[in-house]
Parts: sequence; structure tokens; C-alpha cells
Amino acid sequence: MSVNTTRRVILGAALAGATVLGSYLPAAAQETIKVGILHSLSGTMAISETTLKDVMLMLIDEQNKKGGVLGKKLEAVVVDPASNWPLFAEKARELITKDKVSAVFGCWTSVSRKSVLPVFKELNSILFYPVQYEGEESERNVFYTGAAPNQQAIPAVDYLAKEEKVQRWVLAGTDYVYPRTTNKVLEAYLKSKGVKSEDIMINYTPFGHSDWQTIVSDIKKFGTAGKKTAVVSTINGDANVPFYKELGNQGVKATDIPVVAFSVGEEELAGIDTKPLLGHLAAWNYFQSVKTPENEAFIKQWKAYKKNDKAVTNDPMEAHVIGFAMWVKAVEKAKSFDPDKVIDALPGIEAPNLTGGISKMLPNHHITKPVLIGEIKADGQFDVVSKTGLVAGDAWSKELDGSKDLIGDWVEKKCGNFNVKTGKCGGA
Amino acid sequence: MRIVSCLLRMIALATLLALQPGAAAAQSADEAFTRLGADSFSDTNRAIELLIANAHPQAAPIIEALAAGRLLAGGGAVVIKTTDGKFLDARTGAALPAESPGLAPVRLNNGVRRNIQAALGGLGLLNPDAGKRIAAAEAVFKSRDVALLPVLEGAIAKETDARAKAALRQAQAAILVAKPDAPPFDRIAAIDVLRERGDQDALATLRSLPADSSPALKEAQSRAVSAIEGKLAVWRAGQNLWYGLSLGSVLLLAAIGLAITFGVMGVINMAHGEMVMLGAYTTFIVQEIIRTRFPGLFDYSLLIAVPLAFMVAGLVGIAIERGVIRFLYGRPLETLLATWGISLILQQAVRTAFGPTNREVGAPNFMSGAFEIGQLAITWNRLWIIVFAGLVFAALLAILKLTPIGLQMRAVTQNRRMASAMGIRTGRVDALTFGLGSGVAGLAGVALSQIDNVSPNLGQSYIIDSFMVVVFGGVGNLWGTLISAMTLGVANKLLEPYAGAVLGKIALLVFIILFIQKRPRGLFALKGRAVEA
Repeated sequence: MSVNTTRRVILGAALAGATVLGSYLPAAAQETIKVGILHSLSGTMAISETTLKDVMLMLIDEQNKKGGVLGKKLEAVVVDPASNWPLFAEKARELITKDKVSAVFGCWTSVSRKSVLPVFKELNSILFYPVQYEGEESERNVFYTGAAPNQQAIPAVDYLAKEEKVQRWVLAGTDYVYPRTTNKVLEAYLKSKGVKSEDIMINYTPFGHSDWQTIVSDIKKFGTAGKKTAVVSTINGDANVPFYKELGNQGVKATDIPVVAFSVGEEELAGIDTKPLLGHLAAWNYFQSVKTPENEAFIKQWKAYKKNDKAVTNDPMEAHVIGFAMWVKAVEKAKSFDPDKVIDALPGIEAPNLTGGISKMLPNHHITKPVLIGEIKADGQFDVVSKTGLVAGDAWSKELDGSKDLIGDWVEKKCGNFNVKTGKCGGA
Repeated sequence: MRIVSCLLRMIALATLLALQPGAAAAQSADEAFTRLGADSFSDTNRAIELLIANAHPQAAPIIEALAAGRLLAGGGAVVIKTTDGKFLDARTGAALPAESPGLAPVRLNNGVRRNIQAALGGLGLLNPDAGKRIAAAEAVFKSRDVALLPVLEGAIAKETDARAKAALRQAQAAILVAKPDAPPFDRIAAIDVLRERGDQDALATLRSLPADSSPALKEAQSRAVSAIEGKLAVWRAGQNLWYGLSLGSVLLLAAIGLAITFGVMGVINMAHGEMVMLGAYTTFIVQEIIRTRFPGLFDYSLLIAVPLAFMVAGLVGIAIERGVIRFLYGRPLETLLATWGISLILQQAVRTAFGPTNREVGAPNFMSGAFEIGQLAITWNRLWIIVFAGLVFAALLAILKLTPIGLQMRAVTQNRRMASAMGIRTGRVDALTFGLGSGVAGLAGVALSQIDNVSPNLGQSYIIDSFMVVVFGGVGNLWGTLISAMTLGVANKLLEPYAGAVLGKIALLVFIILFIQKRPRGLFALKGRAVEA
């Protein structure tokens, strides 16, 4: 239909227009160091990414109150890539070449990260990526402060198998790269633990899927095999609300078929009545309900910054807190804002996380984090029922044939995909 | 008298439980209270066991309070908070003057919740209320606690209520079937009881039979399993049909406003989805006001939201028509561009005003939960949405066919100049028609707020589907829209179990593309001058 092609043209034009809205904060001092913030403020991903922009502004503000970095004030440069993946690359180029930012904090979806990767490599800049992702990547210019699959998915499955005695698994996800890769890793892991193929059901749905009746009743049916069943959900974004509503309406209780989610946090639960969801689980490296002095101070600061007593905090926000602290320390260690020097200084840098531990940047550009399992409470918060010690992030999954011999090491090997078997850099 | 006899039964039950081997009768109930205060899930589980095993007189109220999150512990004290806010000492049930400091609710996880369910099931089997006995029997059916077998037998012997008796028998069968040392004859009889029950839970129980059972038992089991599976397959077909109708009704609601603005008026209205979104946000605002000012009216919030959503979306629609679209009649490409721009403006305006995150729209009581017809689970919200879609459709049809304004609308869309010559103010009719279409989209927003996210992106996810329904049904034909929505809904849901959600959607789109090639005017093409105009 001509409607569709025209639509695409308009979409492009309108989005380009929308990005003009991306604002520049006034320069405070004559010489400032610019920090880029690349998060969607409009479009579908605005729901998740807007808060990350705010938390970065708060952190930069706070750092400036402490006197900035190396005696220079920081200046945030906010752009809006409008949930449009190619636009992410354009905006990243603009930040690095036009605004000359020293580092960029941004991206949410894997596809947006993949879209900006060539730009960061070509122009040699630094990206801090704060969201849990599918792994299978280690780039010199990217620092992954979110969880790799072994820091979220695998510990969650272990918890269910051990504590809930789950023997049958539904892997339900949105149809794109993160759920597909994570489910591949999980499937290989479960099979290595002796789970049979017929005890694993894999289901994918489109983005924004809203009619979950069939899938929820399929899950109920799958649960009648006489073995304890659980759902591992990599369902992303907006589709979660109708999914959980349908679970509640069809009476799928956590005591019968628990659902553990990797993309559902405090923000997502804000749109649902959580009473029917009591006891369903989520696996993250941070929950707002964690009681540590660091976290309580952070929540207080955030609520004051947002001027909203109900403002919630979540895992990717914590990742930015850690990432920003690490960047500041690395700049101070390198005594320079030069990307090459900062990239070399970052591995080995330690920064406190908000759950009471010290996270460390590893040579593969991932960090160490604890894994927390939380059960949904009636007030939309999570009750932590299990917490591990610090787990080192694996850039390459040990469960997949193609990647189990690979490591990322930017300190000694200067290589993101070093094959330990062949001793060569350059993949499987 | 009744209460006394009930108490006596409870004591008898508890003694029975205490006599079971392995029950820690010797340990004092005091330990249970220390463990409740230990803030550890395994200690809480042990405490529940101890309370039951020792037949503590307060066991039932304590476990009930625990289940509801009203059991507080701290500093050696264990306190029950009653539903009306009073505090009782858990050990004695005596009232306490005020909340002592340092108390925190005893935490639960799924394992503890399951134990609570099982414990309450055991305690509730002799409850004087038949409904509670059925619930307890269901809990025992799931927990399959062998220790409860004698209690169940006693309860069955005394039971007078037919439904409760059946539930108790089923619970007994669920235990017997998996009990290796039960007489084989009883176990086969139990399989028959489960087969009679014939639902998914019965199937799960049958399938979990231990592997060491005798050949006769195995045969009975496999026969029962295939009988239940056959029965469930029939129900599942019915269920898919129902899901299809339900999806169809959602499509109908989303598309029917567009059937007016696009179908009748010929305006390619890309801002249609945002009218739906405005309706959903109106529902949110109504609920917020009701929550803060008139909490008693919550169940009526949707009824109040319906006319308001119609008015808000309708007025915005009229403003759009008068402000933009009327200058662009006859220029479809410009209309498309302009309305797409409007949709982005509306989205970002709502995002700025309400924030990018989802807003919570609650479900009134009559729309929560589900009921069952046979093995067909029907959720109330879906049922009401189907009814609502039908009502909206009927009302719209009546307006177009039976009212003067409807007549004028049809006249203007069919032959504008002739209508104008007959004294109809065509500009006014255009505005009202567009307002009507937009208002109906607002109504759809009220319904969609019950099943989807209330976020600025709500409308976007429905705009493509809406156009698909209207084009497939035949532009300008309301009946066509109805049939097309239902066809697409049912086809989608019949495909989904086999092809999956992603492939099913692709298959449907391919089908529509091919169909439009063959019949460019959709299922029901309008004939006459309107088509040529």
C-alpha cells in the first residue's frame, strides 16, 4: 500500500524534526569537558530511557558540585535519537565530532548499540552501555556496565531449579536479538544440566504484542505434564503489561507456575496492579528495595532530584552510577580525557555498587556484579529472596559451541575475541 | 453448638496430625514462635509445621495472617495485625494495646506460600462453610499431603454438600493415586475419579504417577490420560474460537472509529490511534480523581469514563477537522502527512504532560478474574469488551441509519454538492462526522486501557491493524468492518497455536495483500456514485 511507504518517509522526517528538541545545556565555565548522553526521549523506548538521561544529569551535576574532574567542570550534552536505530549512529557521530564529547553514556536496546558501534570504533571514543544484554561481544570502545547472561539469566535458572525444583521450562521472549541469544544460551545450559528437549518450550512474540490469551493458555497446558514448570521471560518493554495482566486474569499463580523476568523492573511494574502477580520473580543486579546505606542515600538523592516522592530507581540506573564513577576514577588515574588513555586506565578500576559491594572493571570491559533474585510484592517493589556474591561478566558465553573458547582481553591480548585454543585473535 | 463441634473436630484433626510419624510432636510450640521471628524462609516453613503438629490453638489465625502479610515479628514478639488494624498477641490471641516498635511483617516466598496453602487446606477441610471446604479440598488436591488422608476420609463420610463431597473425593483420589502402598483397587478407582474430573490439574496429577506402578495401573492411567486429552482438545478448539472473537472485538473497537473517518469520509487519518490513546488517558484521569476523592465509586469509574472519553476524543477530533483537515479535502497525501504530524504532536504532548512511563488503570471488580464453562476459562474483562464492542457497533449503526444527522452524513459523503444544494451545511456535517469517528476511537481507549499499556505509544500499536481491518472489510461499510475484524481475529488465533505469534501475523498480512490484489475494494465494496467520486 502506498500508505505504508509514505508513512516511512514521514516517519523519518518527523523523527528528524523531533530530534531538534534535543537540548544543549548552557555552558557553565569557559572550558568544560563534555559528556554525551545518548538516550531516546521520544518514541517507544522513551519509557525506559528517559530516566537514564535524568540520572546522568543528576550524576554530572553532583560531580560538578564536588569540583568536577581534573579541575574542570563537566557539561552534559543531551541528544534524542528518538527510538530510531539509524538515528542513534547519526547522533553518536554528532556528539563525537561536533560536540567533541569525552565519553558517551547511552543506548538501551542491543540494536541501537550495534548501530553506534562502527561510529565509536571509527572515531575512537568511549561508550558506557548500562543495560543487561545477550553477551557475545567485547569491543575496545565499549564498556558494558549491565549484566551479561551469566550475571542474570543463568543464576536465575539455577535458583528456580534449586529452590523451586523446576524441571520444565518455558522460554518466552520478544522476537529480537537479546531474547534469541539469551534463550540459546539458556537452552544449551539447561540441556547440559540434563533437561530433555521436550521439557523446554520456546516461544517468541512480536514487539508490543498485546493479545496473550493463547500463549498464557499454552503455558498452562505445558504445565500439566506433572512436573514443576516455570517461565523464563525475556519479554521486553511494553508487551509485559498485557502479559502480566493476562497471567493474573487466567489465574496463573506464582506458587504453581512462577515467571522469572529479566526485563521487568520497578518502572515496568508501575503500570500494573501487582496484587495478582505476588511471588513472580525478576533477576537483576540491583533492586530499589535493597537496604544498604549507599542505596538509601541514592534513592533519597534521586527523589529529591525528581521532586517526586514516588520516583522509582532500577537496575540500569545503578549501572550508570557505577559506570560514571568508574569513568571519573579512570580519568583521574590517566590524568587525561584522551580516549586511548582512559580506555587503558579503565580495566582494574573499582567503584562501589549500590548493593553493598565493590564492582570492578574487567579486562573484557564487563564488570563484576552480584546477582539478586526478587519476588514481586503487592506494592510493586521486589523482595530479595536470593543474592550471590560478585560474579564476573563473561563477554563470551561458555555454554555456546561457537563462543566457549573465546575471551575478551583488552589488557594483555588487546583483543575482544581471543581464541584460547588456537591462541589467535579473531574468533572461533 | 456448631462452633463447639467444629472446635472439637479441629482438635481431633490436630491430634490425628500429631500422631503421624515424623511429626515433631515433642518439640514445643515455643520454638515455632522463635523461628517465625528469625527472618528466614526455612525457619518460617518449620514454624508452620510445628504449629500444625502441636495443634496450637492459634494455628489457623496465625497462618491466615501470615498468608495475608499481617503477621508481624521482631524482638521476640509475634503479633497478628487484624484486618481492622488491631494488634493481637499471636501466642494467646489476646488484644495488645498498641503496635510495639521493631515489628516487621514476616516475609514470604513461593515455597512458604505453598506450605501455607497446604496447611490452610488441612485446617479448612472441616470448616462449617461448604465453600471453604471446597477451597481446602482444592488446596489438598494440589499439595497431595498423604498425612491428610484419614482426615479426608472422615470429612467425606460426614459431607452432605454434593459439590464439596466431589471436591473432597477428588482430593482423596489425588493422594491415593500417587501412594505406592495403597491397595491397587483403590488406586484404579482413584484414576477413574480423576478422569471424571477431566481438567488440566487432573491431567498433571495423572502424569506425575511414580514410575514403579503396576502394569494394570499404568494401563488405567494411560487410558485416563488419553481420554482427558481428547476431551481437552475439543475444549481447546472452542477456546481458540473464543480467543479469536475476543481479539476480533478489540480489532473492531480500534477500527470502528476509523471506519467512519477513513471509511465514510475518506480521510486517511493517521492520528486515529492517538484518539484511542486520549480515551485511555481520560479513563486514567477519571480513575485518579475517583481514587483520591470518591474511592467508593471505583467500580463505576469505567462507566463514568465512557461518556467523558467520547467527548474528549470527539472534541479533539472536531478541532483537528476544523483546524487542519478541512483545508486538505481531496488531497490524500497531504492529509496523511498532516495527520501523521498531528499524531506525533499529540504523543509528545501526552508524554510531556503525563511522563513516558505507563499509567496504572485498575480493573473494577466486575472485570477482574475469570470463570469457567466446562474446561473453557473465560476472563471477565474479555467478555465485557466483547459486549462493549457489540454495543458500540449497534449504537453507531443506529446513529447512521436512524437519526437525521446520520442521514445527512451519508448524504454528504455520497454526493457533497447535491447535499449542499438540498440545504445541508456540509462543513458542519464534516466536523460532526469526524468528531463522531474520533469519539468512538476514544471509547475504544476506555476498553483498551483494561488490557494494554496506558502509555503515549498505545495508539501506534493499533493504527496498522485498524487500517488493515477497514481496508479488508471494504471502505465505507460498517458491516464489512465487523465481519473483517472478527475474521481477522479468529484467523489469527486459529493460526497462532500452530505457527506462533510472529509467523501467524506474517501469514495474515500476506493473505490480506493477496486478497486486496484480487478484490481491491475489500470484502464488501460500496456501489454507486460515492465510489467514482
